[in-house]
Amino acid sequence: MANPIEQFEIKTLVDINLGGIDASLTNAGAFMVMTVISVTMFLVMGMNKRALVPGRWQSMAELSYEFVAGLLKDNVGAEGRKYFPFVFTLFMFIFFANLLGLMPYAFTFTSHIIVTFVLAMVVFIGVTVIGFAVHGMKFLTFFVPSGVPSVVLILMVPIEIISYLSRPISLSVRLFANMTAGHILMKVFASFILPLGILGIAPFVVDVALVGFELLVAFLQAYVFTVLTCLYLNDAIHLH
Amino acid sequence: MRILNKKTALGLSALVSGALVSSPAFAKGLPQLNVDTFAPQVVWLVITFVVLYLLMSNVALPRIGDVLEERQNKIDDNLAKAQELKAQGEAACATYEKSLSDARTNAQAAIREVKDSAAAEAATRQSALNKKLQAQISSSEQAITKARDEALLGIKDIATDVASSVVEKLIGDAPQTKTLNGAVKASLKEQA
Repeated sequence: MANPIEQFEIKTLVDINLGGIDASLTNAGAFMVMTVISVTMFLVMGMNKRALVPGRWQSMAELSYEFVAGLLKDNVGAEGRKYFPFVFTLFMFIFFANLLGLMPYAFTFTSHIIVTFVLAMVVFIGVTVIGFAVHGMKFLTFFVPSGVPSVVLILMVPIEIISYLSRPISLSVRLFANMTAGHILMKVFASFILPLGILGIAPFVVDVALVGFELLVAFLQAYVFTVLTCLYLNDAIHLH
Repeated sequence: MRILNKKTALGLSALVSGALVSSPAFAKGLPQLNVDTFAPQVVWLVITFVVLYLLMSNVALPRIGDVLEERQNKIDDNLAKAQELKAQGEAACATYEKSLSDARTNAQAAIREVKDSAAAEAATRQSALNKKLQAQISSSEQAITKARDEALLGIKDIATDVASSVVEKLIGDAPQTKTLNGAVKASLKEQA
C-alpha cells in the first residue's frame, strides 16, 4: 500500500544556492510558479476580448474580481480599497494552489505549514503595521476592551494580546491542516481501490465524492483565509 | 516591508518548526515538518507571491476594473438615454392629449352652433307658419261671419213674408209693411 504521506515529500528539481541560502527549485516551487501562471492566464486571457457582454470565461474572471472586492467592501469598507490588490492576490494564490493540488499527480503546496505560515505572517505583520500607521500608539488600546472594570482588565489584556498573537498560527494551521487531512484521506481511500479488486468500486465511489468535497474545501479555505485577512484589516483600521 | 516580512517570517517559522520538531517521530512522519525544505519553499513563495502581486495590481486588475467601469458607464448612458426617450414620449403623449381635447371642444362648439342655428331657423319658420295660419283663420272667420249675416238677412225676408201671409190668412188683411218689419226685427233680436 502506498504511503499516504509520500505525496507531501519535497523533491528538489534544480539545485540553486543564493549566497548560502538554499533556493533550489522544488516541486513546491514549481507549483507556485504554475499557480502564478494559471492565475495570470485565467484573468488576462479571460479579459482579452474586453467584451461589453461577457462570455463564460470573462464572467468567471469578473466574478472573482467582484467576489473579492465585495468581501473587502463588506468587511473593511471603503478604506480597504487600497489593499484590494493584495487581498485579491492572496485569495487567487491560495484558491488556485488548492485547485491545482487536486489534479492527479499534482503537488499541493498549501498543505505545507511553512507556506501557509509565511502567508499568515505576511498578513499578521502587515495588519499590525497598518494598525500602527493609522492610529499610532492608540492602536494599543485595541487590546483594552472598553466598558470593562479595571480589575477584570488585568485578566483581559493578556488574553487579548495572546489571542492577537495566535492569529497567524490559527490562520496558517487551519489551511495547512485542511489541505493535508483532505489529501491524506483521498490517498488512503485511493490505495484501497486496486487491492480490493471488484470491491474496489466502493472506495472509488468514496474518492469521487471526496474530490467534489475537496473542491469545496479548496474554495472554502481560500475564502476563510481571505475573510479573516479582511477582518484583521478591519480591526487594524477601525479598532473594533 | 516585504523584505522585513520575509525575514521575520523566516525567523518565526524556524522558531515554530523548532518547537514542533521536538517530537522526532512526528517530524519523521510528516514531510511538512522537515526544516531542511523550508528555505527553498519560502524563497520561491516570496518570489512567486510578489510576482503574482505585481501582475495582479499592474495588469490583471486594471483590465477587469476598466471593463467593469466601461460597462457601468454604458449602462448608465443607456439608462439616461432611455429616460430622455421616455420624457420625449411623455411630451408627445401630452401634445396628443391636448390636441384631442381641443378637437373635442371644437367639435362640441360646432355642434352647439349648428344646433342653435337650426333651432333659430325652426323658430322663424314656426312663427311664419303661425302668422300664415292666423291670417287664414281670421279670413275664414270673416267669411263665416259674412255668410251668417247674409243668411240672417235672408231669414228676415222670409220671416216677413211668412208673417205677412200668416197674418193675411188669419185676419184677411195684410199688415202694414212697417209694423211687420218692426215686429220681425224685435223677434229676431229676441232670438239672437
